[in-house]
Amino acid sequence: MRPRLPLALALCIALLVSAQPVRADTVLVAVAANFVGPFRQIAEAFTVATGHVVQASPGPTGKFYAQIATGGAPFEVLLAADSATPRRLLAEGHAVPGTAFTYAVGQLVLWSATPGVVDDQGAVLADPGRIQRLAIANPKVAPYGAAALEVLKSRGVADRWASRLVTGDSVAQAHQFVFTGNAELGFVALSQVAVPGRPAAGSWWAVPQSLYGEIRQDAVLLRAGAQRPAARALLQFLQSPSARQVIARHGYALPAP
Amino acid sequence: MTAADWTTVRLTAELAAWTTVVLLLLGTPLAWWLARTRSGIKPLVTSLVAMPLVLPPSVLGFYLLLLMGPQGPVGQLTQSFGLGRLPFTFAGLVVGSVLYSLPFVVQPLQQAFEAIPERALEAAATLRAGPWDRFFSVALPLARPGFLTATVLGFAHTVGEFGVVLMIGGNIPGATRVLSVAVYEHVEATEFDSAHRLAAGMVGFAFVVLLALYALNRRPRPAGGVTT
Repeated sequence: MRPRLPLALALCIALLVSAQPVRADTVLVAVAANFVGPFRQIAEAFTVATGHVVQASPGPTGKFYAQIATGGAPFEVLLAADSATPRRLLAEGHAVPGTAFTYAVGQLVLWSATPGVVDDQGAVLADPGRIQRLAIANPKVAPYGAAALEVLKSRGVADRWASRLVTGDSVAQAHQFVFTGNAELGFVALSQVAVPGRPAAGSWWAVPQSLYGEIRQDAVLLRAGAQRPAARALLQFLQSPSARQVIARHGYALPAP
Repeated sequence: MTAADWTTVRLTAELAAWTTVVLLLLGTPLAWWLARTRSGIKPLVTSLVAMPLVLPPSVLGFYLLLLMGPQGPVGQLTQSFGLGRLPFTFAGLVVGSVLYSLPFVVQPLQQAFEAIPERALEAAATLRAGPWDRFFSVALPLARPGFLTATVLGFAHTVGEFGVVLMIGGNIPGATRVLSVAVYEHVEATEFDSAHRLAAGMVGFAFVVLLALYALNRRPRPAGGVTT
């Protein structure tokens, strides 16, 4: 004869546990500047689904590396703008092995805030003409900047633009330079100009993937989040169909699930 | 130190020097007026001068970017004069730095002018010294410590500028990449050795400059003629 009471109790506890989260937790996330928009939506949906709160700090990935590797920043999850930084954090023991994955593939666009400046073939790159400034993200630290340089090189026009380049600290700043009209042209992320419901004014050219190396943006669980179920849940949520839908809608390509 | 580092150091020194010269030229009459005036708008002007002390550089940088941009009033003005646009240029950084360092020059000057006893100026007036003569032969020598403080703080504070330059500079070597931005870029690129080289130099510079300033200003003011 099995005792009934403990079984009923266990059932009750199981029901309680599954009905509401054990404890509403806060996840500290360092998120690539270009991914802030879609991530805000994903974080909201995550909070609705799990009760966990997300605290996102947007910024350049290189800065996050420095803060995590040397400063012991408290971030539990990193959504990087590249795949090299998570790899490096893993190699140096600052991230949890086996947790890295590509959450989005960045699409580069050549954008002008003025209609008619950029054609749909990017022919404007052949001749700077009266264009004084081309904004890019700093190629030394930002993958979108490095990709922009690759495009100029594969088109064979890098020399023509060298004296007209202005570099933003991140692709967000490159966008800001073009948005305010201080640079007539700029290489930015498609996600910055193809915002759902708020498409950017002006003209742009979606640069074909063949002209630059794929911008794989990887997420990884950091040491500080190793023991935090909420952090792991967020990474899982990021791979869910609903999150992927948000990511695609914001102008990113998706890796195969 | 690499050649690129030296370019950055030279550019930073040039920016700070230009800014300091412009600020002394603009700041001296402004500080003199503030020290002497009984006008009702003095609190207003004093507040405006002190604004850069409390505003984050990102606010200054953001508005400068808009004001000096092609749609902004300043940008349209410079363009109509055929000067082009100011963001991403050395001249643009000078404009931004003048605003940013304004209180560091005007406030010490104002305090120095206010400390000049009214009697000294009246005595000069009874000796038939005109207003310009009174200013140059009485006020300026007496305000010397204030000028030293204003010059050093204006220069050093411009060297230490970061946020405004980052927002309106565009990080162009030889034109807008100053030391603080170069250090930031090295740190972001995890080139910590290069970052240390520049950063340690700046710590040393800041300390030496401030030490010299406070040591010099501690000296009792010379009673008579001007010493050099």
